[in-house]
Amino acid sequence: MTEELVIETKGLKKTFVSKIKGKKKEVEAVKGVDLAVKKGEIFGFLGPNGAGKSTTQKMLSTLLPPTGGEAKVAGFDLQKEQSQIRKNIGYVSQAGGTDSGATGYENLILQAQLYGIDDKTAKKQAEELVKRFQMDSFADRPASTYSGGQKRRLDVALGMTHRPQLLLLDEPTTGLDPQSRVYMWEEIKKLKADGVSIFLTTHYMEEADNLCDTIAIIDDGTIIVKGTPMELKNSIGADIIVFGFSDENIARKSEQLLEKFHPEKITLEKTFVRLHIKDGDRAMPEVLRLLDANNLKAQNITLSRPSLDDVFLKYTGRSLREDNK
Amino acid sequence: MKLLRGIQLMFIRNMRQTLRSPIFVFVSLFQPLLYLFLFMPLLNGLGGVPGLPAGKTVQIFIPGLLVMMALFGSAFVGFNLIDDIRSGVIERFLVTPVNRSAILLGRVLRDAVVLLTQCVLITLVAIPLGLSVNVGGFLLSLVLYAMVSITMASMSYSFALIYRIEDPLAPTLNTITLPLSLLSGIMLPLALAPLWLQDLAKANPFSYAVNASRALFAGSFHSVDIIKGFVIVFLLMSVVFWWSLNSLRKLEE
Ligand SMILES: Nc1ncnc2c1ncn2[C@@H]1O[C@H](COP(=O)(O)OP(=O)(O)OP(=O)(O)O)[C@@H](O)[C@H]1O
Ligand SMILES: [Mg+2]
Repeated sequence: MTEELVIETKGLKKTFVSKIKGKKKEVEAVKGVDLAVKKGEIFGFLGPNGAGKSTTQKMLSTLLPPTGGEAKVAGFDLQKEQSQIRKNIGYVSQAGGTDSGATGYENLILQAQLYGIDDKTAKKQAEELVKRFQMDSFADRPASTYSGGQKRRLDVALGMTHRPQLLLLDEPTTGLDPQSRVYMWEEIKKLKADGVSIFLTTHYMEEADNLCDTIAIIDDGTIIVKGTPMELKNSIGADIIVFGFSDENIARKSEQLLEKFHPEKITLEKTFVRLHIKDGDRAMPEVLRLLDANNLKAQNITLSRPSLDDVFLKYTGRSLREDNK
Repeated sequence: MKLLRGIQLMFIRNMRQTLRSPIFVFVSLFQPLLYLFLFMPLLNGLGGVPGLPAGKTVQIFIPGLLVMMALFGSAFVGFNLIDDIRSGVIERFLVTPVNRSAILLGRVLRDAVVLLTQCVLITLVAIPLGLSVNVGGFLLSLVLYAMVSITMASMSYSFALIYRIEDPLAPTLNTITLPLSLLSGIMLPLALAPLWLQDLAKANPFSYAVNASRALFAGSFHSVDIIKGFVIVFLLMSVVFWWSLNSLRKLEE
C-alpha cells in the first residue's frame, strides 16, 4: 500500500542565469531534488542560508518555472496544471506579502475574494482568522504600522484564508518572539489536525524537532538526508544516560545489572555510570524499574540525546547556528 | 476566477490605495494649472501664426494639454508597482487563481480613472478662459486620453517589472516621455516647425492623438484625424499592454 503524497518531485532543478557585465553566470540553486511529502504530515525543510529552500518552494508554488525535473503538487502536474495547483495550495513566502497600504481585514478579505469566495463569506472568514491569530488589536490598522511579528502573523493568516489542503510556509516563525512562536506552532499543529498538509522551511532546529513529522536537510541545492527527527538523531549515535550513585559499590553493581539492556557501551567512573543506548527515552522507565527492583537507588539521572544540531553538523560539516549569525 | 471579477477586485484595491491619499491626485494637477496660467498667455500673444488662429489659442492648446497630462501623468505609476513587488504583494497575487492580466488591468484602469478626473477638472477650469467644449466630442476625447494613459501606464509598469528598483526608472521614463511630448505639437503647433521636425513628429504616435483631440474639441467629427488617432493609439496600447503582461510573467526569472 502506498501512502498518498501531496508533493512528489523527481530531479527538480533550478539554475538561475544572470548576466553580469555581459558575462553569463549560472547559479545552480536547486540541483535535482527528490521529495515525497505525505498527506497530512508536517514536512520540514532545513538548511543554511542559500541552500535552495525558498527556490524549491517557489517552484512548487508555481511562481518559478523549474529548469528540470518533474513534480506533482496536490495531485496536479507542475508543468501542465498550474491553475489547479494554485486553487489547492496556500503559499507564504519568506518576504511575506502583506499589502502595507491596506488594513489587516482588507488584506484578508481581498485574499479570500481572489480565491473566488463571495464577499460575505470572505468577511466572516477574515474575522475568524483575526481571532485565531490574535490580531484583534491591530487588524483594523493599515499593515504599514505593524511590528515585524504582527506582520508575519498576517502573512501566515493570508496563506490559509482559502483553507487549502496544502500549505507551503517559508520560515513562518522568523521574526516572532518566543511566545508568538510557540503560538504559531500550536496553530500549525491545529492545521495538521484539520487535515492540512504542511511543507515548511526553517532555520530553527527546535522548530523542526517540535513540529515536523519528517525532515529533509538541504545544503547547496542537494538533499543530504531525510527522515523523522527521531531517525535522524538516532543515526548520529546512541543516547547517553548518566546515573550518579551514593557510593562506588552501588555504582559497580548497577553497571553489571545494566549490561542486560545490551547497551552500545557502558562505562563506570567512580560513582557514575554512563549508559550509551539507543532510544534512551524509551529505555529509561524500564531501566529505573530494574534498578528499583534491585534496591539500587540512583541519586541523580540525566539523559542526553543527540540534537538536530548534531545531525546538521554531521551531515553538512558545519553548525547551522554559525550560519545564522 | 473570472477575468472581470479579478479586474474588479484589483481595481478596487488600487483605487482604495489612491483614495487613501487623494492629495496626490490634486498635487499632480499643479503642473497643468501652471501651463494653463503661466504658459498659455504667451501663446495668446502669438495668435495668428500658422496653426494658431488669432483668438483661438485656448481651443488649440487645451486639447493638447490634456494629451500631455495623459502622457506625463501616467508615465510614473511604475514606482508604486515597485513597492508592491518589493513587499511581495505581487508575488502573493500571482499564486492565487486570479488572472494575470487582471493584476495589471486593475492598475491601468485605476490610472485611467485618476487621469480622466484630472482632465475633467482642467477642462472645467479652462471654460472661463474661453474654451468652448463640444460635449459629444469631449466625451469621445476622454476615451482617447484613457487609452493614452493606459499605454503610458503599461510602459511604466513594464520597466518597473524589468528593473524592480527605482534608480533607473525615472531616467528611463523621462528619456522616453520628453521627446514624445515635444514631438507632438502640444506646446506650439507643429506647423511652425521646420519640415524635418514635422516629419519626425509623424513617427510619434501621440502626435496623432493630439490632432484627434483637437478635432474632437472642435466638433469636426468628419475629420480623418479622429479615426487615425483612435486606431493608432489603440494599436499602440494593445502592444504595450501585451508587453507589460509579458514582463509580469517573467517577473520570477
Ligand atoms: N533570481 C535569482 N538569480 C540568481 N540567483 C538566485 C536567484 N534567487 C536565488 N538565487 C540563489 O540561489 C541560491 C538559493 O537561494 P534560496 O533563496 O533558495 O536559499 P534559501 O535556502 O531559501 O536561503 P535562506 O535561508 O537564506 O532563505 C542562493 O545562492 C541564491 O543566491
Ligand atoms: Mg529562503
